[in-house]
Amino acid sequence: METYEKGFLVASGVILIAFLGALAYSVFVMGVSMPGRAQMIACSTDQRLRKILRVTPPFNSPGVHQIAPGKYEVAVIGQTWSFTPDDIEIPLGAEVTFRATSSDVIHGFMIVGTNVNMMLIPGEVSTETYRFTRPGEYLLLCHEYCGRLHHTMSGKVVVK
Amino acid sequence: MSAPIVAEPNGFELPENQLAVIRWNILFGFAVLAVGVLFGLEQALNYARIDAVKYYPGIHSYYQGLTLHGVLNALVLTTAFANGFVSLTTARGLGRALNGALLQIAFWLLLIGSLLAAFAMLTDHANVLYTFYPPLQAQWTFYLGLAMVVISTWVTSANQLVMLRAWRREHPGERIPLMAFMSVTTYIMWDIASVGLAVEVVGLLLPWSLGLIAGSDPLLSRTLFWFTGHPIVYFWLLPIYISWYGLIPKQSGGLLFSDTLTRIAFLMFIVLVPVGFHHQFLDPGVPEKIKFAVTILTFGIFFPSLMTAFAVMYALEIAGRRAGGTGLIGWFFRIPWSNPSVSAQVLGMLAFLLGGISGLMNASFSMNLDIHNTAFIPGHFHLTLGTAVALSYMGIAYWLIPYLFKRKLWMPRLAVVQAFLYFGGVLIFSRGMMYGGLHGMPRRTALALSTYDQPAWHAAGAMAAIGGTIMFISAMLFFLVLVMTIVAGERGAREDVPFTATVQAPALSGWPVKLDALRYFVVASVVLCILVYGPFLYMYLPPHLGILPLRYP
Repeated sequence: METYEKGFLVASGVILIAFLGALAYSVFVMGVSMPGRAQMIACSTDQRLRKILRVTPPFNSPGVHQIAPGKYEVAVIGQTWSFTPDDIEIPLGAEVTFRATSSDVIHGFMIVGTNVNMMLIPGEVSTETYRFTRPGEYLLLCHEYCGRLHHTMSGKVVVK
Repeated sequence: MSAPIVAEPNGFELPENQLAVIRWNILFGFAVLAVGVLFGLEQALNYARIDAVKYYPGIHSYYQGLTLHGVLNALVLTTAFANGFVSLTTARGLGRALNGALLQIAFWLLLIGSLLAAFAMLTDHANVLYTFYPPLQAQWTFYLGLAMVVISTWVTSANQLVMLRAWRREHPGERIPLMAFMSVTTYIMWDIASVGLAVEVVGLLLPWSLGLIAGSDPLLSRTLFWFTGHPIVYFWLLPIYISWYGLIPKQSGGLLFSDTLTRIAFLMFIVLVPVGFHHQFLDPGVPEKIKFAVTILTFGIFFPSLMTAFAVMYALEIAGRRAGGTGLIGWFFRIPWSNPSVSAQVLGMLAFLLGGISGLMNASFSMNLDIHNTAFIPGHFHLTLGTAVALSYMGIAYWLIPYLFKRKLWMPRLAVVQAFLYFGGVLIFSRGMMYGGLHGMPRRTALALSTYDQPAWHAAGAMAAIGGTIMFISAMLFFLVLVMTIVAGERGAREDVPFTATVQAPALSGWPVKLDALRYFVVASVVLCILVYGPFLYMYLPPHLGILPLRYP
């Protein structure tokens, strides 16, 4: 019976390594990226984070900005219980980088039906780049509990 | 042949006053579960957009109910059960009495701590869910209560280590009995893992809730929380593994195959503690390289669970073939399904196959983008914690309650039905949740009141509600059997803890002997923790305590 045991353990190891290989492929070859260390926003308890964001680019002017032909940056602030802006219009096929943060508690930032899924943590900036290839209206929602009316915190992304 | 090494063969029975404390731990745990599942029903209905929470007297919001459901079931029940059950398996394994004072202290810490936290939650002062991420702020009683619950586990661990030391002094050169080995290593793992939570609660959140510190550091708190928040899963699971490895083979009429492999599985859980960053894959501020490294470690921790799948299924196969089962899977139908303790736990194992695989998906780095914070996650952990662990608690209770109360189990057939009902319920529930999650249905959201909706969520929510209701009914049947056994069960003699024998006895020479030198594995674990968390903390510290609280959300 020991041969079965060894066989099972070897097979277990091989499967796990194969899975890891597939993940490495998705990251290094297909280029799927994850939120990482982007930008910190220093603040202290004497100053409201909201006020600091008002003078911190790009959050001093939330919204869609073209940064190069076919390339856009979208700055979004999450706060209890809404996104600013909550109606985002994006051209089809453009490369869009979302830069988002929170001005109060932890929020989520998910565009349903896409790979755009991030945590918004006060004091940290989250970024993710995505290319919308289907036109239509997408649901943007906060998926981290952020207080009493968390379930009303949503917006839309219109791609055309 | 090898019985002495699984547990001391002297038929040792704990003194009645110590058994009483263990009894109270277990009963308190199940009482807490009863309250927890009441709120579970309302959570499941919410996914079908049914606002049931308004019928719960004294409960103001979905999130208050969710906090109670999570904290009571995932933190209090699990601790109460582990403190009671694993103290018993340690004592029985070593064949000696516990330290009565430490046993009492642990119970009172747990009880008072739980009541403090419950007070905060029931009075609407702690709607922070069981992850209590700052800057959401709860009343100080909530944090103090949780800290006391954690300290109760340390006291329990100290009790075990004192006993192990005394046993080793009396048995120089002998292998630690396997039951005691599994029990003690479970708590050693947790001692290391719980440091993150303790530092977060005592160092940051408690003084913050008392107004001694003005601000919080959300990212540092999340990091400390998840340092504990992933290995806490092993703290839920390993007491169950003690039963699956050490008791189920005996209860089903089989044998545990390898002593050495069992010990290695438990030691791997000690060494591979620092994997919590995989809960922070989508957090800003944590470098991608750390996230990928932790993915590899997480895949490593899956290995001992695959070892467990082999060992436990092999033990069951021995049992099934002894009972006349033949063929590739024919043996599976010959294990004693009519014994509710066995059927509940074997169904728990089957759920764990699905739960484990879905957990591996969650931990799969880039795949996390698709399911992070969606209903997929509770779909996953109701298969693991919600079934593999909870249904195994019920299965263990089906011999443990008779053992503790010297009563025979009331209506064992109903208990078998209960187990199958629960299993069927969770399959429907989790299927719905995972389907919804893959279509972006968020978790921890009062969908019954939400301002948005998606067509794909309707079928998903209906399945979650139907499955959840079945699980709720099954849980009620469990409590019926439990209470009736205690008050009306036929009185009987106490049968010993059903510990197994092994096919391959523990080695008395060679490298496997080194497996009992636990301190080397503790050192390895601490070194790995420093390697994983050191670079992040070095880069990040000191704490950025600049964020003002949202008090009593």
